[in-house]
Amino acid sequence: MSGVRVLVGTRKGAFILTADGKRQRWDVSGPHFGGWEIYHLKGSPRDPSRLYASQSSAWFGQVIQRSNDAGKTWEPVGNKFVYDGVPGTHQWYDGTPHPWEFKRVWHLEPSLSDPDTVFAGVEDAALFRSSDGGQTWQELSGLRCHGSGPRWQPGAGGMCLHTVLLDPQDPARIVIAISAAGAFRTDDAGKTWRPINRGLKSEHIPDATAEVGHCVHHVAMHPSRPNVLFMQKHWDVMRSDDGGASWREVSGNLPSDFGFVIDVHAHEPETIYVVPIKSDSEHYPPDAKLRVYRSRTGGNEWEALTTGLPQRDCYVNVLRDAMAVDSLDAGGVYFGTTGGQVYASIDAGDSWAPIVRDLPAVLSVEVQTLP
Amino acid sequence: MIRVALPPHLRTLARVTGEVQLDVAAQVTQQSILDALEARYPMLRGTIREHVSQQRRPFLRFFACGQDLSHTRPDAPLPSAVVSGAEPFCVVGAIAGG
Repeated sequence: MSGVRVLVGTRKGAFILTADGKRQRWDVSGPHFGGWEIYHLKGSPRDPSRLYASQSSAWFGQVIQRSNDAGKTWEPVGNKFVYDGVPGTHQWYDGTPHPWEFKRVWHLEPSLSDPDTVFAGVEDAALFRSSDGGQTWQELSGLRCHGSGPRWQPGAGGMCLHTVLLDPQDPARIVIAISAAGAFRTDDAGKTWRPINRGLKSEHIPDATAEVGHCVHHVAMHPSRPNVLFMQKHWDVMRSDDGGASWREVSGNLPSDFGFVIDVHAHEPETIYVVPIKSDSEHYPPDAKLRVYRSRTGGNEWEALTTGLPQRDCYVNVLRDAMAVDSLDAGGVYFGTTGGQVYASIDAGDSWAPIVRDLPAVLSVEVQTLP
Repeated sequence: MIRVALPPHLRTLARVTGEVQLDVAAQVTQQSILDALEARYPMLRGTIREHVSQQRRPFLRFFACGQDLSHTRPDAPLPSAVVSGAEPFCVVGAIAGG
């Protein structure tokens, strides 16, 4: 029988939740790496037992862990992330030049075709790749060095490269996003990059339509249509139908177009999900009601999904990498909160239930649909 | 034998319990102890000192014989009690933060 494995990164360790295809009863394993921040963990699409985890700590720095048995056992692999050449400077919060300094890995994206190849999006923003299962890492420095790097500036959470989208139809195309620089794309496997931010409008920067400087929170793509991208920006939900060359706003009737997560239904490329957050200084849901909003029209027309979610006194946040979908028939949707709950819907969002609660604050959620 | 006391998270990472005992062939200094430690436990590379600069990570301290040795030169000889194994060389995490 098919099953689902949910990989949860939290402020104090990783948790692995498993269920059969009915998704009614969940087994919780963890904490793995208890006490460490687990920004992200993700499995290889090619070999679902191969997992990678980003383990970090203000005291001890960055560790990368790898599992070959679906998280039963782990081994630390390479943690040497060294920028290519002389790193140079980006802008600091006050606009002064600040040297590039590696801080942590925010996102690990295993290759679609090779379990030993994995990409790492890091803070200060850069993209690294390993082709030996995480033992060694090489920067794809064409991104940081393409020209606009000295103008990049950190968002409040740091200058993080948090989104890595691999194009299933074109192995040479990768889309990444950086807070607060924007989205970028390569069409030659990472050698050269260009900003893809035309159409974004951000009032918090001097030139609201600048080429770079936009605080992109997350970007999502359906694998069957890699040219269609959906973005949750600091404010505004955006859509591109040309691989990011241009964007248009699809916030429509959302109660707030601020938020962090965005994702696409596994079988319906025009069905997308966001979790509106009240504002950039009030990181909790509008009206203290935790509501997922679903659009079945690729944006603009949104419906609130509330069944099973707290509709009073709720002040949690849902961070940028903390939503994922499964590919079982009805389309499961999962998200984790800073209050430590992981909610799941097995009916495409119509109803929700917590599959675990009272974890440490959830940083990331990934889902593996198992044969 | 040189005795090294690691903080709990690094003991877990290195899969050791209690103190680590090391042979240090060269003069016993912070640097030679950490070189030997990282050679035996490669997973600790980058967790006590930065990979490239070899600087001590900011939230860690080195204590021995009741002294804070964090700001002494990495190649300075350590007290004879550390060299003889009578006292451990302690890697200590700051108590700041959660």
